[in-house]
Amino acid sequence: MDSYIGILDAGIVALLGYGVVFFGLILLMIVITVMGKIFMAKDAKAAKAAAAAPVAAAPAAPAAVEAPTAPGSAGQLKLHDVEPKTAAMVMAIVADKLGKPLNELRFISIKEVK
Amino acid sequence: MSINIGEILLTLWNDSGFAAISSGFFSANGWQNLVMLIIACVLLYLGIVKQFEPLLMVGIAFGCLLTNLPGAGLYHKELWDAFMAGEIGYGTIMHDGGLLDIFYIGVKSSLYPCLIFMGVGAMTDFGPLLSNPKSLLLGAAAQMGVFAAYFGARLLGFSDQEAASIGIIGGADGPTAIFLTTQLAPHLLGGIAVAAYSYMALIPMIQPPVMNLLSTSEQRKIKMVQTRSVSKAEKIIFPILVTMFVALLLPDTAALIGCLMLGNLFKETGVTDRLSDTVQNAMMNIVTILLSTAVGATMVGTNFLTAETLKIVVLGVCAFLLSTAGGMVGGQVMCWATKGKVNPLIGSAGVSAVPMAARVSNIVGQKNNPSNFLLMHAMGPNVAGVIGSAIAAGFLLSVFG
Repeated sequence: MDSYIGILDAGIVALLGYGVVFFGLILLMIVITVMGKIFMAKDAKAAKAAAAAPVAAAPAAPAAVEAPTAPGSAGQLKLHDVEPKTAAMVMAIVADKLGKPLNELRFISIKEVK
Repeated sequence: MSINIGEILLTLWNDSGFAAISSGFFSANGWQNLVMLIIACVLLYLGIVKQFEPLLMVGIAFGCLLTNLPGAGLYHKELWDAFMAGEIGYGTIMHDGGLLDIFYIGVKSSLYPCLIFMGVGAMTDFGPLLSNPKSLLLGAAAQMGVFAAYFGARLLGFSDQEAASIGIIGGADGPTAIFLTTQLAPHLLGGIAVAAYSYMALIPMIQPPVMNLLSTSEQRKIKMVQTRSVSKAEKIIFPILVTMFVALLLPDTAALIGCLMLGNLFKETGVTDRLSDTVQNAMMNIVTILLSTAVGATMVGTNFLTAETLKIVVLGVCAFLLSTAGGMVGGQVMCWATKGKVNPLIGSAGVSAVPMAARVSNIVGQKNNPSNFLLMHAMGPNVAGVIGSAIAAGFLLSVFG
């Protein structure tokens, strides 16, 4: 059944509706932020424990091995969890987007964001 | 028994759609059928040649073509009018209806929009939103067009239910618009669906002028820092949490949000890959065919060729523009609050239209600074807009349903 509320009431409903969307999403934002903080704290705790464990067990452990340089990159580009083929594609895309030849760009390292 | 060839040919002619159009050109809406067939061809042109949301536009246009063929009997508006009046049920429609009437049952029962939402959920990565929850504010800000268009439609004399259905075009979310319109103003479904999907296809043209108007060149060059990485456990908990939270807040959104998040859960669990694949591909494709054809079938001449449709088209574009403006204003506020760390362009992605609106933010950003990559930052507000428009629809359904 169609209804026709007054124009003033329609304005109030519009403002109220906009407010409800904000209210809902702000509450959701708080919930997600709290959840994120819990997970970040948990990850930090796990990382701290992992870092402390080898020191206690083997004080003379060798320093972390640096990522190997990518083949054919003149010893400059370092890849972290990235296949050379993927890295080549990334560099080609970046060069294309920037409109510059690939040999004029210098890539230091490429790391997969997980 | 002798055969009268002349009589047979005459009967064939009298039964044909050509006769129906010519004999009832003025008295039985024959001219309207012709105009609608032309409109169907224009929509097919837009879908196929101009590639305006072709996966949906082609189906909508062909449904429009089929429903306006006189004598074909594929869709019966009078049956659905009787259904709305409570005089008949789905059983009668299944028994007496045509093929498109049966397709339309899935729209009327909200089955197709919900299944499409499940597919959208299975194809969406909520990671950017989880890594930057403040994106949700931009998703909320960009719903301004929904409520402004609702108010504008009321000023133009539409009923509350019609105005709410028109307003939701500003959410830039096709399934949500169809879901709400089917519940509140089914007679406007054709016009609203065509307007919503056409404007979604036109986002690369509609949004940039507003984005440039509401930001400075310096602001558009702002590079944003990379956000934190999100763990798998967070991504799994998120859909469960959102479903409980949003459905408890606005139970009318439970169907849409529930399906969206179920699809996302299939994607993220890692143990339901087969289901995720089916939802993303096979099911999504089948439902898209049924939904688009059924929505096109509602574009009957007597319903569509009215001044109301023109008003819907105008209000729809206003809703899109205002939603973009709302998102940009939200982006400006965040830019100011973070002392220039947030590029306001990501605000415009707060209208749903995933991922088109986020791509537009990225493109406009790169025009001002070619080394600026805003896509992942804009995906946060973009997927927040999906949740925001579902909440807006839930509110309107709760008030006017």
